[in-house]
Amino acid sequence: MNHIPQLNRRSFLIATAAAGGGLAIGLDLPFGGPAAVRAADGSPEVTAWVVIKPDDAVVIRIARSEMGQGTATGLAQMLAEELECDWSKVSIEFPTPGESLKRGKPWGRMFTAGSRGIRESNEMVRKGGAIARTMLIQAAATTWSVPAGECTAANSVITHKPSGRTVSFGKVAEAAGKLEAPKDAALKDPKDWKIIGKPVKRLDTAPKVVGGLTYSIDVKQPGMLLAAVRACPVFGGKVKSFDAAKVSGMPGVKKVVPVGENAVAVVAEHWWEAKKAVDALPIQWDVDPEKAKVSSASIAAFMKTGLDATEAFVGNQNGDAKAAIAGAAKKVEAVYGYPYQNHATMEPMNATVRFTPEKCEAWASTQDADVALAALAEASGLPIEKCEFYKLPLGGGFGRRTTHDWLHQAVAIAKQMPGTPVKLIWSREEDMTQGRYHPATQCKLVGAFDAGNNLTALHMRLAGQSILAYVRPQALENGKDPFAFQGLNAAGPEGQFGYTVPNLLIDHAMRNTHVPPHFWRGVNNNHNAIYLECFIDELAKAAGQDPLEFRRKLMANHPKHLAVLNAVAEHAGWGKPAPQGVFRGLAQHMGYGSYVAACAEVSVSDKGVLKIHRIVAATDCGYAVNPAQIERQVAGSFVYGLSAALYGECTVKDGAIVETNFDSYNVLRIDEMPKVEVLVRPSGGFWGGVGEPTIFVAAPAVLNAIAAATGKRIRTLPLKNHKLRDA
Amino acid sequence: MARLTINGTVHDVNVAPDTPLLWAIREWVGLTGTKYGCGVAQCGACTVHVDGEATRSCQTPVSAVEGKKITTIEGLAANGTLHKVQQAWIDNDVPQCGYCQSGMIMAVAALLKDKPKPSDADINDAITNICRCGTFQQVREAIHAAAAKA
Ligand code: FES
Ligand code: FES
Repeated sequence: MNHIPQLNRRSFLIATAAAGGGLAIGLDLPFGGPAAVRAADGSPEVTAWVVIKPDDAVVIRIARSEMGQGTATGLAQMLAEELECDWSKVSIEFPTPGESLKRGKPWGRMFTAGSRGIRESNEMVRKGGAIARTMLIQAAATTWSVPAGECTAANSVITHKPSGRTVSFGKVAEAAGKLEAPKDAALKDPKDWKIIGKPVKRLDTAPKVVGGLTYSIDVKQPGMLLAAVRACPVFGGKVKSFDAAKVSGMPGVKKVVPVGENAVAVVAEHWWEAKKAVDALPIQWDVDPEKAKVSSASIAAFMKTGLDATEAFVGNQNGDAKAAIAGAAKKVEAVYGYPYQNHATMEPMNATVRFTPEKCEAWASTQDADVALAALAEASGLPIEKCEFYKLPLGGGFGRRTTHDWLHQAVAIAKQMPGTPVKLIWSREEDMTQGRYHPATQCKLVGAFDAGNNLTALHMRLAGQSILAYVRPQALENGKDPFAFQGLNAAGPEGQFGYTVPNLLIDHAMRNTHVPPHFWRGVNNNHNAIYLECFIDELAKAAGQDPLEFRRKLMANHPKHLAVLNAVAEHAGWGKPAPQGVFRGLAQHMGYGSYVAACAEVSVSDKGVLKIHRIVAATDCGYAVNPAQIERQVAGSFVYGLSAALYGECTVKDGAIVETNFDSYNVLRIDEMPKVEVLVRPSGGFWGGVGEPTIFVAAPAVLNAIAAATGKRIRTLPLKNHKLRDA
Repeated sequence: MARLTINGTVHDVNVAPDTPLLWAIREWVGLTGTKYGCGVAQCGACTVHVDGEATRSCQTPVSAVEGKKITTIEGLAANGTLHKVQQAWIDNDVPQCGYCQSGMIMAVAALLKDKPKPSDADINDAITNICRCGTFQQVREAIHAAAAKA
């Protein structure tokens, strides 16, 4: 068989839905209803979720954003499961937020972060499939004049059991689409699942290997111009003046425009010309002199004041930790810290916008299409009905594309050139220095033992920047940030603390800086897991106990946490000799609804060179929709988490971010990639996230293994700043 | 003005001689499979073949490649058949977001031309592309799978 390196039907659908700007649905009626709603090619919708073509091709609509995490394939599996369709006939497409709004949001929220794609929309998506199946069966039964109850559907074929008659979905889809949709439909028992739980391949791979997938940065529009931008490097600063005349004669340059209060853009025929000109453009900044003095050292000193502050917000407590610590036979204390990180998505921020007084359109990628559309309306000043946001595939998201500062910029530029589509692309340098950063934090931990070496108390004092205070201040509780305790809560899917300690106090002293923080794959769990899991190892060492046994004693009341920990310990051979020179470290954590654990194996040479050989990881995400994609997310999350642990650090000097590109902000590459062995251990009964949770345990497991190898405890990241062996 | 031979087609493009090949390919010629990731030869997203050699096009001025044979991801497949690296990428379900994969595939295709059966150490030396999604484990498996095919 010849493989034709052109887009196959499936990939073609994805590409056209994206590049062509949505589905171009012919809406006979605004909310479905008894007349057929038609897809772009005239095929009838069965429901808003499913289009079935006369040749039985099934097109499943995906509301959430696909940024590489595989959620689109997983959601399609869930819908196809209930639809009872032939999986080999399935393709996917992505509705626009404008279509969603017009139709009364039939697909629910489009927000895709916090590992929510599957865990939050599983029921809605499965019901979407079940309702469509019910309608297809009803349509067939009506044609045959038999009761629907006598008909079943499997593999895209409806069978009337008593007569043995059959008909394929494609033949009855038109009739089914005209039926009133039932309000509800029963879902299958998980034990009957045939597609959910299978390691099927992703649906969107083919165009990615031939350079055929149109990302946002690849958008072409007739008459389009390109823009490059420079914003004030000191956050909060403004443009005082700029000298457009100096660059307006440069090749290709069309216009130099102010962008909001804090940036200037050059618009040119080509991006390279725009970039050269904006780099050469003299800009005077108006910067708050206090902010211009801020450095990484001054930020660290400020956060340190939170470690012993009397005022702090309590997130989790039982007993009286302070009293127990005061009267302890033995105390252990340590201070940890975590630096700013940039998302550094492979595709830098970009957007194409065409503005006219009648309409504002954007072609871009986002993790939150509803909010992107609202941002478009706000930035353009047009009513939301006059705006449309065409969703394109994301070249990475990791949280960065949940916020739309770059879209506001693109609209501000396009508004100054009405009718001309303008594509704004951030240079990597702009992307690095105008990020929305993983917050910097510190943590002081104190553990107390009685005379029998039993842990009697733990106080964990977090100090540092609040994401919510910057991003969503309305979500604060009396100015305090409950979200700071991810993974440390007394209960709940957002991260239950996995240990029972007789006297426990976990509190947070907020210390905000002018560096804008944001959600970054794993979010507050990243530092919380490092602080807690490394300190647990320190406590085990102080008690003279094995880290696994020490944890087990504290985890008896947390069987799900313990199960994944036991799974990695057993699989890695904890307690059995490791290869010569190799040392192991453990970590466990819970967040985004899932329980995760890791066992890392590392060696540290005499010269202090670290090698991470293997990481065994386990995840209990309740139901595992696609084990093959889960494995990929686990391995990928480790690359992201270990990049941060080994190298990641955005330092601040004179109020601005110092690192401007991958030469100074290094990341893990294939030569440092450990072997990752994934244990998918779904215990059933709940839906946990997958894209993020395992990232929590990568760094602490490695740090614990390093301490086992060297006897030296590293308490601040990244590792590149430390000598692992004393010379 | 520069005369560029890309995927077997000659293009006369009206660019300044110091324009990086990456931008000439993307914006003057209009082939967008080759990606911008860093612009400083760090990430490999922009990798193309110049006379068969893997080359980071963001740091290659067009003046340096006139008269040479340039192949981009769009030109890797020959006569309607995917290159074995592309096929291995599909078979092993390698891409996540996919943004780095054009460059990754071009780098691997050049490696396999030099070393048809690369060791893990060869792979570590030759493949320095960045993938923020972290597909390295699948990349390594797929390289070995592609190498195992004739
Ligand atoms: S864009 Fe050329 S190496 Fe990164
Ligand atoms: S697949 Fe997303 S950056 Fe490599």
